[in-house]
Amino acid sequence: MDLSEINPVLLVASLMVAATPLLLAAIGELVVEKAGVLNLGVEGMMIVGAISGFAISVETGSPWLGFIAAAIGGAVLSLLFVLLTQFALANQVASGLALTLFGLGFSALMGQSYVGVKPPSMGEIHIPIISDIPVIGPVLFQHDPILYLGIALTAAVWAVLKYTRVGLILRAVGENHDAAHALGYKVIKIRIMAILFGGACAGLGGAYISLIRVPQWTEGMTAGVGWIALALVVFASWKPWRALLGAYLFGGITVLQLNLQAAGVAIPVEYLAMSPYIITILVLVILSADKSSAPASLGRIFHASH
Amino acid sequence: MLEKRPQPSKAWSYATPLVAVLATMLFGGVLFAILGKNPIEAIGTIFWDPLFGEFSFYYRPQLLVKGAPLVLIAIGLSLGFRAGIWNIGAEGQYIMGAIFGAGAGLAFYPLDAWYIFPIMVIAGAFGGWIWATIPAFLKVRFGTNEILVSLMLVYVAEQMLASVSLGLLKNPEGFGFPGSRNFQSYDSGHNAELIAGSGMHWGVVAAFIAVIFAYVLLNRHILGFHIRLTGEAPRAAKFAGVNPARLILFCLGLSGALAGLAGMFEVSGPSGVVSIDFNVGYGFTAIIVAFLGRLHPVGILLAGGLMALTYIGGEIAQSQLGLPAAAIQVFQGMLLFFLLAFDLLTNYRIRAARSEVA
Repeated sequence: MDLSEINPVLLVASLMVAATPLLLAAIGELVVEKAGVLNLGVEGMMIVGAISGFAISVETGSPWLGFIAAAIGGAVLSLLFVLLTQFALANQVASGLALTLFGLGFSALMGQSYVGVKPPSMGEIHIPIISDIPVIGPVLFQHDPILYLGIALTAAVWAVLKYTRVGLILRAVGENHDAAHALGYKVIKIRIMAILFGGACAGLGGAYISLIRVPQWTEGMTAGVGWIALALVVFASWKPWRALLGAYLFGGITVLQLNLQAAGVAIPVEYLAMSPYIITILVLVILSADKSSAPASLGRIFHASH
Repeated sequence: MLEKRPQPSKAWSYATPLVAVLATMLFGGVLFAILGKNPIEAIGTIFWDPLFGEFSFYYRPQLLVKGAPLVLIAIGLSLGFRAGIWNIGAEGQYIMGAIFGAGAGLAFYPLDAWYIFPIMVIAGAFGGWIWATIPAFLKVRFGTNEILVSLMLVYVAEQMLASVSLGLLKNPEGFGFPGSRNFQSYDSGHNAELIAGSGMHWGVVAAFIAVIFAYVLLNRHILGFHIRLTGEAPRAAKFAGVNPARLILFCLGLSGALAGLAGMFEVSGPSGVVSIDFNVGYGFTAIIVAFLGRLHPVGILLAGGLMALTYIGGEIAQSQLGLPAAAIQVFQGMLLFFLLAFDLLTNYRIRAARSEVA
């Protein structure tokens, strides 16, 4: 075992990369839940985003088009969730599970011819001078653009929810859909927009895994990240900046355990590999005492006739 | 325009699974056509050949082998689902049942005694029970979301499985290959077919017992009434004095124990060895089975049979038509989609739109 092989600068830099898929998916789901909808299909939307992004960027050679395709792929899958929960008024838990089961199968089917293919690289943003500062440069300013998009999105969602009329309406729909309806807001329409946004974000998060983090396509490669993102929203008490903090925390744990595996610590690989999931459970336990910040209409079906 | 029915329609609640299956066949056919297969041939291969085809004598017993774990798990899940308690980590409980059951059996190796198999059964049920009791306890004590905890534990169980197949339960005479001793050559711990060639093993018997047990529980027992009441009218359940904590511990614990049993019967019978890729997703497919069977024990029995058919037919289509394995997974996912969508007709009726009165 040689812990000195672990380079702290690289560790923090890769922590940010590991956290980004989680952050993207969690920010999307946060908006969905703020609108009062519980979409458990994050894992399914992520994996569909991962394969659509991968396939398109391999076919076109452009990672940018890949990410756009991933967002569209995730949103299209979430459209199925919209049909089930907003129009067919189906149970949201069951519909979310259906989305995940379907997404996992569908992505495996789509991805058959892409196993072992290498995707085009996106490259890193390199800002002269800033990126070359020792330590801070490689940690903060030598990443791919999508990583910064994730942070920007967090800021945008925070600002929109907190300071704009749109954010207020979205929160009203999530807190009390009957009251929002009585005030004349289109509850269903607002929720559909939120679900589609969540799908697009999850798709981006998935593509980040298949195009940048790994970068490769394997079946079921999201390996529970979508579920951890759901836990993260609870962890964050539905607050965007806390989601960012949580994502970096989980990213850190993931990277650290991978580094410990590589360094050959005396702990068996399997126990290290299960640590992110166990820590997710522990965090959920610690934070579940306070449920006051959960949107009051979360998971409830809205039907305008009564 | 949708109008909520005062009572859910009985007729539609029976009809929706059938309509959903037909719609899935239709859209599945389109999917197969897109994949370049003859849709009628593919559907026929999946649904007809295992039952009435040339080699059906081989496939029919498989129906029991594949259907039993699905039914066993789905019965347990359905009780919780009815009460709004969502155990979606049955896959993990299935794995832990297999590990505990196999571990108990292998501890006695090579002893030959009648009591070994019963001990394995108890150990398997215990493994699943303890794994499901973790989310149950956390929910009761701390209010933690059972959906997320039970699911996280699936990933933990998968790592446990990898760990024991490479370490604790590895076959000492296996030339270094991962995986345990084979139960098919250890008579005292082997879950053998009760009638040779029938596919009937103890797991199938357990599945039938579980169906009857669940039916009696839901229709004749106060606990079953409490489960239904909690799901349909939580406030009324509270006033009726239902203890939610006990209900959570019971529903999750029982579904875990049943999933654990399924894993144990699988590892000691059809599969034979504990290995890294021992689990094949029965725990997740069972969720579809539970819904397709309308959370009703008899419905689940039928749905389990149908889902087993898609597994077997899917394998045939894979080898004969080159249909990708993932296509069957998509097919099963679609089934749940259509089911949830058509369920609208059970609870609502469609009326011609009237002009809105302000």
